[in-house]
Amino acid sequence: MWSFFYKLASPKWFYELAGKLLPWFAIGAAMSFALGGIWGLAFSPPDYQQGDSVRIMYIHVPAAILSLSVYTFMAITAIIGLVWKIKLAHMVSANAAPIGAAFTAIALATGSLWGRPMWGTWWEWDARLTSELILLFLYFGVMALRNAIDERTTADKAAGLLAVVGVVNVPIIHYSVEWWNTLHQGSSITSLARIAKPAIHADMLWPLLLMILAFKLFFVTVLLMRTRNEVLDRERRSAWVGELLETRDGV
Amino acid sequence: MAFENWSAFWAMGGYALYVWASYAITALALGLTLLQPLRRRKALFAELQRQRRRSAGEAMATVPTSTEKYEQR
Repeated sequence: MWSFFYKLASPKWFYELAGKLLPWFAIGAAMSFALGGIWGLAFSPPDYQQGDSVRIMYIHVPAAILSLSVYTFMAITAIIGLVWKIKLAHMVSANAAPIGAAFTAIALATGSLWGRPMWGTWWEWDARLTSELILLFLYFGVMALRNAIDERTTADKAAGLLAVVGVVNVPIIHYSVEWWNTLHQGSSITSLARIAKPAIHADMLWPLLLMILAFKLFFVTVLLMRTRNEVLDRERRSAWVGELLETRDGV
Repeated sequence: MAFENWSAFWAMGGYALYVWASYAITALALGLTLLQPLRRRKALFAELQRQRRRSAGEAMATVPTSTEKYEQR
Protein backbone atom coordinates (compact mmCIF):
# COMPACT_ATOMS: atom_id res chain seq x y z
CA MET A 1 0.00 0.00 0.00
CA TRP A 2 2.76 2.42 0.95
CA SER A 3 4.80 1.62 -2.13
CA PHE A 4 1.75 2.44 -4.26
CA PHE A 5 1.34 5.69 -2.34
CA TYR A 6 4.91 6.77 -3.01
CA LYS A 7 4.82 5.61 -6.61
CA LEU A 8 1.75 7.78 -7.15
CA ALA A 9 3.61 10.66 -5.59
CA SER A 10 6.37 10.33 -8.18
CA PRO A 11 5.85 13.13 -10.72
CA LYS A 12 6.74 11.05 -13.78
CA TRP A 13 4.37 8.24 -12.85
CA PHE A 14 1.59 10.71 -12.13
CA TYR A 15 2.15 12.55 -15.42
CA GLU A 16 1.83 9.36 -17.44
CA LEU A 17 -1.10 7.86 -15.54
CA ALA A 18 -3.02 11.17 -15.59
CA GLY A 19 -2.39 11.43 -19.32
CA LYS A 20 -3.94 8.01 -19.88
CA LEU A 21 -6.97 8.69 -17.68
CA LEU A 22 -7.66 12.23 -18.91
CA PRO A 23 -9.55 11.42 -22.15
CA TRP A 24 -11.98 9.16 -20.29
CA PHE A 25 -12.84 11.78 -17.71
CA ALA A 26 -13.20 14.37 -20.47
CA ILE A 27 -15.52 12.18 -22.53
CA GLY A 28 -17.56 11.33 -19.44
CA ALA A 29 -17.88 15.00 -18.52
CA ALA A 30 -18.93 16.02 -22.03
CA MET A 31 -21.52 13.24 -22.24
CA SER A 32 -23.07 13.89 -18.85
CA PHE A 33 -23.14 17.64 -19.48
CA ALA A 34 -24.95 17.08 -22.79
CA LEU A 35 -27.40 14.53 -21.40
CA GLY A 36 -28.06 16.29 -18.09
CA GLY A 37 -28.28 19.71 -19.72
CA ILE A 38 -30.80 18.69 -22.37
CA TRP A 39 -32.80 16.68 -19.85
CA GLY A 40 -32.88 19.54 -17.35
CA LEU A 41 -33.62 22.29 -19.86
CA ALA A 42 -36.14 20.59 -22.12
CA PHE A 43 -37.55 17.39 -20.62
CA SER A 44 -37.77 17.78 -16.85
CA PRO A 45 -41.10 19.20 -15.63
CA PRO A 46 -41.56 22.83 -14.56
CA ASP A 47 -41.95 23.38 -10.82
CA TYR A 48 -45.53 23.88 -9.57
CA GLN A 49 -44.50 27.11 -7.84
CA GLN A 50 -41.37 28.28 -9.62
CA GLY A 51 -42.36 27.38 -13.18
CA ASP A 52 -39.46 27.09 -15.61
CA SER A 53 -37.08 29.15 -13.45
CA VAL A 54 -36.44 25.89 -11.56
CA ARG A 55 -34.23 24.83 -14.48
CA ILE A 56 -31.51 27.05 -13.03
CA MET A 57 -31.28 24.40 -10.29
CA TYR A 58 -29.54 21.96 -12.65
CA ILE A 59 -26.44 24.16 -12.70
CA HIS A 60 -26.79 26.09 -9.44
CA VAL A 61 -27.02 23.05 -7.14
CA PRO A 62 -24.15 21.04 -8.72
CA ALA A 63 -21.89 24.13 -8.75
CA ALA A 64 -22.71 24.86 -5.10
CA ILE A 65 -22.22 21.25 -3.95
CA LEU A 66 -18.91 21.01 -5.81
CA SER A 67 -17.74 24.39 -4.49
CA LEU A 68 -17.79 22.78 -1.04
CA SER A 69 -16.42 19.34 -1.92
CA VAL A 70 -13.59 20.86 -3.99
CA TYR A 71 -12.61 23.00 -1.01
CA THR A 72 -12.66 19.94 1.28
CA PHE A 73 -10.57 18.04 -1.27
CA MET A 74 -8.13 20.96 -1.45
CA ALA A 75 -7.77 20.99 2.36
CA ILE A 76 -7.27 17.21 2.59
CA THR A 77 -4.60 17.14 -0.12
CA ALA A 78 -2.93 20.13 1.57
CA ILE A 79 -2.79 18.17 4.86
CA ILE A 80 -1.23 15.20 3.02
CA GLY A 81 1.32 17.57 1.52
CA LEU A 82 2.10 19.23 4.83
CA VAL A 83 2.33 16.03 6.91
CA TRP A 84 4.20 13.76 4.50
CA LYS A 85 6.00 16.58 2.64
CA ILE A 86 4.77 15.34 -0.73
CA LYS A 87 5.23 17.98 -3.41
CA LEU A 88 2.69 16.39 -5.73
CA ALA A 89 -0.03 16.64 -3.05
CA HIS A 90 0.60 20.40 -2.82
CA MET A 91 0.41 20.70 -6.59
CA VAL A 92 -2.89 18.83 -6.72
CA SER A 93 -4.22 20.92 -3.83
CA ALA A 94 -3.25 24.28 -5.29
CA ASN A 95 -4.52 23.43 -8.77
CA ALA A 96 -7.95 22.59 -7.37
CA ALA A 97 -8.33 26.20 -6.19
CA PRO A 98 -9.08 27.98 -9.49
CA ILE A 99 -11.61 25.30 -10.45
CA GLY A 100 -13.29 25.57 -7.06
CA ALA A 101 -13.34 29.34 -7.40
CA ALA A 102 -15.05 29.03 -10.79
CA PHE A 103 -17.69 26.71 -9.30
CA THR A 104 -18.26 29.12 -6.41
CA ALA A 105 -18.62 32.06 -8.79
CA ILE A 106 -21.12 30.05 -10.87
CA ALA A 107 -23.11 29.14 -7.74
CA LEU A 108 -23.23 32.80 -6.67
CA ALA A 109 -24.10 34.17 -10.12
CA THR A 110 -26.81 31.61 -10.92
CA GLY A 111 -28.15 31.93 -7.37
CA SER A 112 -28.50 35.64 -7.90
CA LEU A 113 -30.24 35.11 -11.25
CA TRP A 114 -32.58 32.63 -9.58
CA GLY A 115 -33.15 34.79 -6.51
CA ARG A 116 -34.23 37.84 -8.48
CA PRO A 117 -37.47 36.31 -9.90
CA MET A 118 -38.16 34.01 -6.91
CA TRP A 119 -37.21 36.08 -3.86
CA GLY A 120 -37.45 39.51 -5.47
CA THR A 121 -33.80 40.33 -4.77
CA TRP A 122 -30.44 39.73 -6.46
CA TRP A 123 -28.65 39.49 -3.14
CA GLU A 124 -29.39 39.14 0.55
CA TRP A 125 -26.83 39.13 3.35
CA ASP A 126 -28.18 35.92 4.81
CA ALA A 127 -25.97 33.22 6.32
CA ARG A 128 -25.90 30.90 3.28
CA LEU A 129 -25.10 33.58 0.73
CA THR A 130 -22.57 35.39 2.89
CA SER A 131 -20.66 32.23 3.85
CA GLU A 132 -20.56 31.16 0.18
CA LEU A 133 -19.10 34.56 -0.74
CA ILE A 134 -16.44 34.08 1.95
CA LEU A 135 -15.65 30.73 0.32
CA LEU A 136 -14.90 32.54 -2.95
CA PHE A 137 -12.51 34.87 -1.12
CA LEU A 138 -10.83 31.90 0.55
CA TYR A 139 -10.17 30.35 -2.86
CA PHE A 140 -8.78 33.66 -4.11
CA GLY A 141 -6.66 33.91 -0.96
CA VAL A 142 -5.09 30.47 -1.47
CA MET A 143 -4.34 31.29 -5.12
CA ALA A 144 -2.91 34.73 -4.38
CA LEU A 145 -0.79 33.55 -1.46
CA ARG A 146 0.80 30.77 -3.48
CA ASN A 147 1.54 33.15 -6.36
CA ALA A 148 2.99 35.80 -4.09
CA ILE A 149 5.79 33.64 -2.66
CA ASP A 150 8.69 32.86 -4.95
CA GLU A 151 10.24 30.04 -2.99
CA ARG A 152 8.15 27.02 -3.88
CA THR A 153 8.35 25.01 -0.66
CA THR A 154 7.36 28.06 1.37
CA ALA A 155 4.57 28.93 -1.07
CA ASP A 156 3.21 25.37 -0.83
CA LYS A 157 3.28 25.43 2.96
CA ALA A 158 1.66 28.85 3.30
CA ALA A 159 -1.12 28.18 0.77
CA GLY A 160 -1.67 24.71 2.25
CA LEU A 161 -2.04 26.12 5.75
CA LEU A 162 -4.55 28.73 4.60
CA ALA A 163 -6.53 26.02 2.79
CA VAL A 164 -6.62 23.89 5.96
CA VAL A 165 -7.60 26.77 8.25
CA GLY A 166 -10.33 27.94 5.86
CA VAL A 167 -12.02 24.55 5.89
CA VAL A 168 -13.97 25.60 9.01
CA ASN A 169 -16.15 27.59 6.61
CA VAL A 170 -17.34 24.42 4.83
CA PRO A 171 -19.61 23.06 7.61
CA ILE A 172 -20.80 26.61 8.27
CA ILE A 173 -22.02 26.88 4.67
CA HIS A 174 -23.51 23.40 4.70
CA TYR A 175 -25.46 23.81 7.94
CA SER A 176 -26.20 27.54 7.54
CA VAL A 177 -29.71 26.78 6.29
CA GLU A 178 -30.41 24.75 9.43
CA TRP A 179 -28.62 26.87 12.05
CA TRP A 180 -29.98 30.23 10.92
CA ASN A 181 -33.28 31.37 9.58
CA THR A 182 -32.11 32.02 6.05
CA LEU A 183 -33.91 33.26 2.97
CA HIS A 184 -32.19 30.38 1.19
CA GLN A 185 -34.19 27.16 1.31
CA GLY A 186 -33.12 24.02 3.15
CA SER A 187 -31.44 21.05 1.55
CA SER A 188 -33.49 18.77 -0.70
CA ILE A 189 -30.96 16.02 -1.31
CA THR A 190 -27.78 16.27 0.75
CA SER A 191 -28.92 16.42 4.39
CA LEU A 192 -28.81 13.13 6.28
CA ALA A 193 -32.58 12.87 6.59
CA ARG A 194 -32.99 13.36 2.85
CA ILE A 195 -30.52 10.91 1.36
CA ALA A 196 -32.85 7.91 1.56
CA LYS A 197 -35.93 9.91 0.65
CA PRO A 198 -35.07 13.01 -1.41
CA ALA A 199 -37.56 15.88 -1.23
CA ILE A 200 -37.60 16.13 -5.00
CA HIS A 201 -39.40 14.21 -7.72
CA ALA A 202 -37.46 11.59 -9.69
CA ASP A 203 -38.07 13.51 -12.97
CA MET A 204 -36.01 16.34 -11.49
CA LEU A 205 -33.62 14.25 -9.40
CA TRP A 206 -32.15 12.27 -12.32
CA PRO A 207 -31.05 15.22 -14.48
CA LEU A 208 -29.77 16.88 -11.30
CA LEU A 209 -27.65 13.84 -10.39
CA LEU A 210 -26.35 13.70 -13.97
CA MET A 211 -25.29 17.35 -13.77
CA ILE A 212 -23.58 16.74 -10.42
CA LEU A 213 -21.68 13.88 -12.07
CA ALA A 214 -20.82 16.17 -15.01
CA PHE A 215 -19.38 18.84 -12.70
CA LYS A 216 -17.38 16.19 -10.81
CA LEU A 217 -15.90 14.72 -14.00
CA PHE A 218 -15.18 18.22 -15.29
CA PHE A 219 -13.33 18.97 -12.05
CA VAL A 220 -11.18 15.83 -12.33
CA THR A 221 -10.45 16.54 -16.01
CA VAL A 222 -9.29 20.11 -15.48
CA LEU A 223 -7.46 19.21 -12.25
CA LEU A 224 -5.42 16.54 -14.07
CA MET A 225 -4.68 18.94 -16.95
CA ARG A 226 -3.54 21.70 -14.61
CA THR A 227 -1.46 19.44 -12.38
CA ARG A 228 0.24 17.80 -15.38
CA ASN A 229 1.26 21.27 -16.58
CA GLU A 230 2.74 22.12 -13.22
CA VAL A 231 4.56 18.78 -12.94
CA LEU A 232 6.12 19.43 -16.34
CA ASP A 233 7.09 22.95 -15.36
CA ARG A 234 8.70 21.93 -12.07
CA GLU A 235 10.44 18.88 -13.50
CA ARG A 236 11.74 20.64 -16.59
CA ARG A 237 15.37 19.81 -15.78
CA SER A 238 14.78 16.13 -15.13
CA ALA A 239 15.81 13.39 -17.54
CA TRP A 240 12.31 12.10 -18.20
CA VAL A 241 11.04 15.52 -19.32
CA GLY A 242 14.06 15.74 -21.64
CA GLU A 243 13.11 12.39 -23.20
CA LEU A 244 9.51 13.49 -23.47
CA LEU A 245 10.52 16.65 -25.35
CA GLU A 246 12.77 14.56 -27.59
CA THR A 247 9.89 12.34 -28.69
CA ARG A 248 7.50 15.29 -28.98
CA ASP A 249 9.90 17.40 -31.05
CA GLY A 250 8.13 20.10 -32.99
CA VAL A 251 4.89 19.85 -31.04
CA MET B 1 -40.60 17.36 -23.87
CA ALA B 2 -41.85 19.84 -21.30
CA PHE B 3 -42.62 22.48 -23.96
CA GLU B 4 -45.24 22.67 -26.71
CA ASN B 5 -42.88 24.15 -29.32
CA TRP B 6 -39.51 25.84 -29.82
CA SER B 7 -40.70 29.35 -29.07
CA ALA B 8 -42.13 28.14 -25.75
CA PHE B 9 -38.77 26.51 -25.06
CA TRP B 10 -36.86 29.75 -25.68
CA ALA B 11 -39.41 31.75 -23.65
CA MET B 12 -38.89 29.49 -20.57
CA GLY B 13 -42.33 30.34 -19.22
CA GLY B 14 -41.40 34.01 -18.92
CA TYR B 15 -38.07 33.33 -17.17
CA ALA B 16 -35.98 33.37 -20.37
CA LEU B 17 -33.64 36.13 -19.17
CA TYR B 18 -32.81 34.40 -15.88
CA VAL B 19 -32.56 30.84 -17.18
CA TRP B 20 -30.53 31.61 -20.31
CA ALA B 21 -28.26 34.09 -18.54
CA SER B 22 -27.53 31.42 -15.92
CA TYR B 23 -26.64 28.82 -18.53
CA ALA B 24 -24.60 31.32 -20.57
CA ILE B 25 -22.56 32.44 -17.55
CA THR B 26 -21.95 28.82 -16.56
CA ALA B 27 -20.85 27.86 -20.08
CA LEU B 28 -18.52 30.87 -20.20
CA ALA B 29 -16.98 30.18 -16.79
CA LEU B 30 -16.47 26.47 -17.47
CA GLY B 31 -15.13 27.25 -20.95
CA LEU B 32 -12.51 29.63 -19.60
CA THR B 33 -11.59 27.16 -16.84
CA LEU B 34 -10.98 24.51 -19.48
CA LEU B 35 -9.19 26.80 -21.93
CA GLN B 36 -6.63 28.06 -19.42
CA PRO B 37 -4.70 24.76 -18.93
CA LEU B 38 -4.94 24.00 -22.67
CA ARG B 39 -3.23 27.27 -23.55
CA ARG B 40 -0.76 26.88 -20.69
CA ARG B 41 0.23 23.44 -21.99
CA LYS B 42 0.86 24.78 -25.47
CA ALA B 43 2.93 27.70 -24.20
CA LEU B 44 4.86 25.49 -21.78
CA PHE B 45 5.81 22.97 -24.47
CA ALA B 46 6.92 25.76 -26.79
CA GLU B 47 9.05 27.26 -24.01
CA LEU B 48 10.60 23.93 -23.02
CA GLN B 49 11.38 23.05 -26.64
CA ARG B 50 13.03 26.44 -27.16
CA GLN B 51 15.06 25.91 -24.01
CA ARG B 52 16.11 22.46 -25.14
CA ARG B 53 17.18 23.68 -28.58
CA ARG B 54 19.12 26.53 -27.06
CA SER B 55 21.06 24.23 -24.73
CA ALA B 56 21.59 21.79 -27.62
CA GLY B 57 22.86 24.70 -29.72
CA GLU B 58 25.26 25.75 -26.99
CA ALA B 59 26.56 22.21 -26.64
CA MET B 60 27.09 22.07 -30.38
CA ALA B 61 28.84 25.42 -30.52
CA THR B 62 31.53 24.14 -28.17
CA VAL B 63 32.09 21.06 -30.32
CA PRO B 64 33.50 21.75 -33.83
CA THR B 65 30.74 20.86 -36.23
CA SER B 66 29.51 21.92 -39.64
CA THR B 67 27.43 25.08 -39.70
CA GLU B 68 25.05 23.32 -42.05
CA LYS B 69 24.06 20.88 -39.36
CA TYR B 70 23.74 23.74 -36.92
CA GLU B 71 21.37 25.65 -39.18
CA GLN B 72 19.14 22.65 -39.65
CA ARG B 73 18.00 22.94 -36.06
